[in-house]
Amino acid sequence: MDSVVCEISVEIKNTDGLHMRPAMMFVDIASQYDCDITVSNNETSVDGKSIMQISVLAATYGTKLKIRAEGIDSEKAVESLRELVEDKMFDEPGPEEK
Amino acid sequence: MEIKKGIAVSPGISIAKSIVIDSEDYRIPFRKINPSQRMKEIQRVRNAFKEAIDDLTALQDDNVNLEHRNIKDIFAVHLRFLHDRSLRKQITDRINSEQVTAEYAVSTIFRDIAGQFTKVKDSYISERAADIYDIERRLLKQLLGRKRETIEKVTEEVVVVARELSPTQTAGFNRAFVKGLATEVGGRTSHTAIVARSLGIPAVVALEGVTESLEAGDLVIIDGNRGIVIINPNQETIDQYKEYSVEFQELEHKLDTIREKPAVTRDGIKITMLGNIEFPDEAEMVLERGGDGIGLYRTEFLYLNSATEPTEKDHYEAYAQTIKVFKHRPVIIRTMDLGADKYTQSKRFVREPNPSLGLRSIRFCLQNIMMFKTQLHAILRASVLGEIKVMFPLITNHQELMQAKMILRDVMEDLDEESIPYNPNIEIGIMIETPSAALMAASLARDSDFFSIGTNDLTQYTLAVDRANELVSTLYSPVDPAVLRLIRTIIQDAYQAQIDLSICGEMASEPEYIMLLLGMGVRKISIAQPMIPEIKQIIRSVTMDGCNKVARKILTMHSERHISSYLRNATRKILPEIF
Repeated sequence: MDSVVCEISVEIKNTDGLHMRPAMMFVDIASQYDCDITVSNNETSVDGKSIMQISVLAATYGTKLKIRAEGIDSEKAVESLRELVEDKMFDEPGPEEK
Repeated sequence: MEIKKGIAVSPGISIAKSIVIDSEDYRIPFRKINPSQRMKEIQRVRNAFKEAIDDLTALQDDNVNLEHRNIKDIFAVHLRFLHDRSLRKQITDRINSEQVTAEYAVSTIFRDIAGQFTKVKDSYISERAADIYDIERRLLKQLLGRKRETIEKVTEEVVVVARELSPTQTAGFNRAFVKGLATEVGGRTSHTAIVARSLGIPAVVALEGVTESLEAGDLVIIDGNRGIVIINPNQETIDQYKEYSVEFQELEHKLDTIREKPAVTRDGIKITMLGNIEFPDEAEMVLERGGDGIGLYRTEFLYLNSATEPTEKDHYEAYAQTIKVFKHRPVIIRTMDLGADKYTQSKRFVREPNPSLGLRSIRFCLQNIMMFKTQLHAILRASVLGEIKVMFPLITNHQELMQAKMILRDVMEDLDEESIPYNPNIEIGIMIETPSAALMAASLARDSDFFSIGTNDLTQYTLAVDRANELVSTLYSPVDPAVLRLIRTIIQDAYQAQIDLSICGEMASEPEYIMLLLGMGVRKISIAQPMIPEIKQIIRSVTMDGCNKVARKILTMHSERHISSYLRNATRKILPEIF
């Protein structure tokens, strides 16, 4: 089986940033896929399926993150994670809605 | 087998499995483990995660109707953390690489994680550190909480090993099963020692590093006669100790035979022997041991035994139960003496930088008048049941005594209005346990019906020594010439004012000090009930003439060391078997 690598960049758009509940939503979606998922900011790179690691990224509003997926379903994985972060914004308000 | 030497504070021998208990706020001792124990600790971590998940799932199921999304989310987030393999791996990796206990690994890893949050500038995210500590507590509760729970729910005989024991912990003991105590800190007058003596179980304190030398469940011998604790003894030692235990019981039995005999010196001077108690049911034991009444009823345990402040009814019932045992004999109820070393663990009171010099005892009562009045109301109401006296602790000046008496009179007026009977002539006494009270004894005696000398605090405050601090505890001695001078002053002033005087500190239950105290003029002592037969035996073996000579000699001495060794030799001649 060929390993497919997908990498995209996303920006945190909800005001409160990637706090506990968004981190939970993130790993819940990431865990639905078989591929390995890593998330990185400028400093560190963490396992996208570990809530502990995702939460210590402590990504605040406006932070840009790289999501890298490696595995058979990597394409679908990065797309649904992008949707969660940028389109749904973790079902939370952004600055303009407040 | 490992033998540890400490200070014997309560006599007897007990052989039982150990329970190791920690302080209440989950303080984690740094505990290195042997490489061979690593698998065991890793398994404990796994179990803790599993049990924490089970607990949390049950909690979530119990709250299915939770409307509040935030709370549901909090549970869900915590569950994700507990299911997080990389978190678990970090913890087990640390156990492997640093060879530490599960508790220590959990607590350091979570501190690391929380530390990363608090660094973040965004306050919303940095506050998430609180969640991390919450999850940590869930795990620590599994790792440590179980052990604490067992202390109240033990079903077999155990000895309790701890760094130190708080009154709250000892109050929760199941007294049918706790057979001995061993602690790292403490001295002869520490809380552990007092509790052990009042329960009549052996105890050894000042055992450096004892909690690190054993695992819960290890067999332990506590030798409260020699001050030795033996961890995992071999069969030979166990057999030997079983023999000692029989011998000791025989000595106890011999002392029991003098129970019915009066506490009179060989030349016919009668000494009144009262008991110190913490719980009402101990009153019966005082009577069984031959006590003439209760010289000190420590009521703090009413406050420590329950989570909420005791009601007037709680107080009354405890006092009524006690006085029932001693119908026509005195029962001296000391009002609440909390604060300082006895209450710092409680969340209800603000921590003070210097609690022994802080808001404690009568000072606390005078600032919390409603609480104080509740207790006085119950004491007065019980005063018609027998010969109840009231005693105020830690008086440092005349004004405090007058204030306390005024509040007592207020409560009497309340009772008048409620048409509740009480003894209007109830005797009111004070503890003399601060140097200032000792120096002002003549003036305090004019407004008191009796004095009781609290030698523990008097010694601590006179010598400026924290009796529980093992670094300076050797300086603590009630026969230091400075303390003896104050005691002599108090006795003389009480005689002059013709008021009753007793000694209720631990000093009076030390066999070596009895001759000195009698020689200084003490005729009434109040001690822990297990000590009554032994002290009575000494009283019955001495003459007042001999005691006077000892006291005169001692009062010319300038060094504590000389005094101690002189007293030890003098006592050894009278009762060789206890040394």
